[in-house]
Amino acid sequence: MSTALNETKANWEPLIVAFCCTWCSYAGGDLAGTSRMSYPSNVKVIRVPCSGRMNPMFVLRAFQRGADGVLVAGCHPGDCHYTTGNYHGRRRLSAFKKLVEFAGFEPERFEVRWISSSEGDKFAEEMETITEKIKALGPNRKMRDARWQSVT
Amino acid sequence: MPRTGVFICHCGTNIAGTVDIEKTVKASRSFPGVVHADDYRYLCSEMGQDIIKNAIKDNNLDRVVVGTCSPRMHEQTFRKAASEAGLNPYMVEVANIREHCSWVHRNMDEATPKAVALVRAAAAKAALNDPLEAPAIEVEKRALVIGGGIAGIQTALDIAEAGYVVDLVEREPSIGGRMAQLEKTFPTLDCSACILTPKMVEAAQHPNINLITYSEVEEVKGFVGQFDVKIRQKARSIDPVKCTGCGICYEKCPAKAPSEFEMGRAKRKAIYVPFPQAVPNIPVIDRENCLYFKKGRCQICAKECPPQAVDYEQQDEILERRYGVIVVATGFDQLDPSIYGEYGYGQHPDILTGLEFERLFNASGPTAGKVVRLSDGKPPKKVVFIQCVGSRDKARGMNYCSKICCMYTAKQALLLKEKLPDAKSYVFYIDVRTAGKGYEEFQRRAAEEYDVAYLRGQVGKIFPENDYLVVRGVDSLSGKTIEINADMVVLAAAAIARSDATELGRIVGINSDSYKFFNEAHPKLKPVETHTAGIFIAGACQAPKDIPDTVAQAGAAAVKAIGLLSKELLKGEACTAEVNQAECSGCLYCEAVCPYNAINPVEIEERYHGGTLQRTVAEVNPSLCQGCGSCTVICRSGSINLRGFTNEQILAEVDAICLQR
Repeated sequence: MSTALNETKANWEPLIVAFCCTWCSYAGGDLAGTSRMSYPSNVKVIRVPCSGRMNPMFVLRAFQRGADGVLVAGCHPGDCHYTTGNYHGRRRLSAFKKLVEFAGFEPERFEVRWISSSEGDKFAEEMETITEKIKALGPNRKMRDARWQSVT
Repeated sequence: MPRTGVFICHCGTNIAGTVDIEKTVKASRSFPGVVHADDYRYLCSEMGQDIIKNAIKDNNLDRVVVGTCSPRMHEQTFRKAASEAGLNPYMVEVANIREHCSWVHRNMDEATPKAVALVRAAAAKAALNDPLEAPAIEVEKRALVIGGGIAGIQTALDIAEAGYVVDLVEREPSIGGRMAQLEKTFPTLDCSACILTPKMVEAAQHPNINLITYSEVEEVKGFVGQFDVKIRQKARSIDPVKCTGCGICYEKCPAKAPSEFEMGRAKRKAIYVPFPQAVPNIPVIDRENCLYFKKGRCQICAKECPPQAVDYEQQDEILERRYGVIVVATGFDQLDPSIYGEYGYGQHPDILTGLEFERLFNASGPTAGKVVRLSDGKPPKKVVFIQCVGSRDKARGMNYCSKICCMYTAKQALLLKEKLPDAKSYVFYIDVRTAGKGYEEFQRRAAEEYDVAYLRGQVGKIFPENDYLVVRGVDSLSGKTIEINADMVVLAAAAIARSDATELGRIVGINSDSYKFFNEAHPKLKPVETHTAGIFIAGACQAPKDIPDTVAQAGAAAVKAIGLLSKELLKGEACTAEVNQAECSGCLYCEAVCPYNAINPVEIEERYHGGTLQRTVAEVNPSLCQGCGSCTVICRSGSINLRGFTNEQILAEVDAICLQR
């Protein structure tokens, strides 16, 4: 069994995976960088073309692999580069969030946010907020698959 | 097994300052499939690219991972370098360890492990990369320019001069835009109409330009090279072929309405041209105010019109055209300062905005060029100008500087003194900002030679007393309260985005900043491009801008448009969806979610129990697909995947990132 599960809260740092659409949120993250804003390094970004590309399977996989929080960020509704992608994303992911809750998993660990390419400050803020929230929630013990870590 | 090469960039100290490069390179060597890892001070430089190219050849690499700045910055650079070394450009992956790592984290202990995780994720994705080919797209050799102000006119002229057909769409009955409303232009005091109207006429007469005035863009579909656009040509109620522009109709028309061109400070007729130099010089009937349309009686214009050009039955027409490129140049609006109760705008006729005051100088303006008070027609003796009304106001979320107000206020104060030598001007300002060629000199001249009193401070209250306006403010330099009994007050109202900018942005497919101005693709290096290929922006729809900057940007947008139009074929999107037709069940949910109509049903034949079976499955047209990936998620059998962002690739990234502990 991995030692991770027995970690004390004191030295535990959450891992947060953020899926960002390349046109708005990822660019917002770039702007946070060029503006030299700062947010916790717990957040690691994976670039996807659109929030409509987000298969809930990706979120589940992140939780199984031990992520403590997952954020999906896309263009503001109405501003999708692909016209309607974020509407599909919004509907799918909100249904998914309900499902996660129904399955007995803390729904707070999974968030969807709309961050435009000009909102570097909002990007940094959201990353800060979710990190704080997950820190308060503690490690993801329910969904993480401990066997995976020991195999790899 | 893949043979991946990892290259970590120092970016000077931009990355190396907070990411331990040596550790990152060393860690990279242990990632699955990585056979080579190296670092360099500036990977994007020619030397840096050569390092990558040589390593590809020397180590027989089939995949490249660069740990550098954002892929939005240099992905193309490294793809190009890889393809020059004989590798398919899509075998390159970028780990963004600058914008998403070294620049947002302050110390090495935090940033280094994150950089390692990001590079590991990129390497894991790269291991699953396939060589991709971008489809070729034919370019429609026709440009659409939206907005007929100076930005749109200049863009249209430049594109037309290069030999391409341009449709210039303007919402108002005439082109000319904001510049047509100005009397003089700073800092040279050129008469605005004198330099603008020749351009308007040139645009109208150019064989390659079609003016489509009194029209609005309703729908844009398609993509670079092939935008399908619907334009609503509003009913003018005038036959443009018959009309000679004699003007008898609006002389005789009995119905009046506030003139939009004069910001409601003067009246126009119900049949009208917005201003005397209008291009085209063809009137329109404002059906809301026309007596015939309102009450079914009158028809004086039709009776008086010598060539009988009035046509009450005319209907809106929808033009459907295809364009290779689109330039958006829709300009700006002026803030309505009545939200600032303390200035009393809208409650007294002598409290004007800058643009309204400008019209008083104009011979065809509301006062026929006499600078007089609108309340009693007397020339003003004391005029107070207030700067930054709605600009640089954090409390109202209008943090930006409108850029043009300091200069036009200096210009108006100067013009006022020339017209009325007895008049005295006062300017309340926060800072005087006059960056621009000849601007500082001009403002100084206004202040010193034309006796304009600049008062640093803000005005707290304006109220009428007797026949003047009491302006009460604080001089923040002396700390004293100042009271001026002014005859007129001019508010330098902020330049704001057009009220319907967001809506147009949605139609065209470009996004806006937090003030609703259109976003450029890069604030420094791509000032006229947008994130949608083939759509460019010019002028004050991007941010407040003076005329020289607008014209320069219009030229830049035109060059970019010409660059695209000059190509026979464009490279399309390589990261497109593909259907595994053996697994596809033919439900065609994907067809319904595709915003580009890129998915169609096709019939295939399959062998089944010894015989053949006809079956309907989905097929993606790669030259229409833009790679959003929405179809991949809706697919119930999981038989659509997105090249370049496959399910397997994204899951591999997730796994690699979560390996951190």
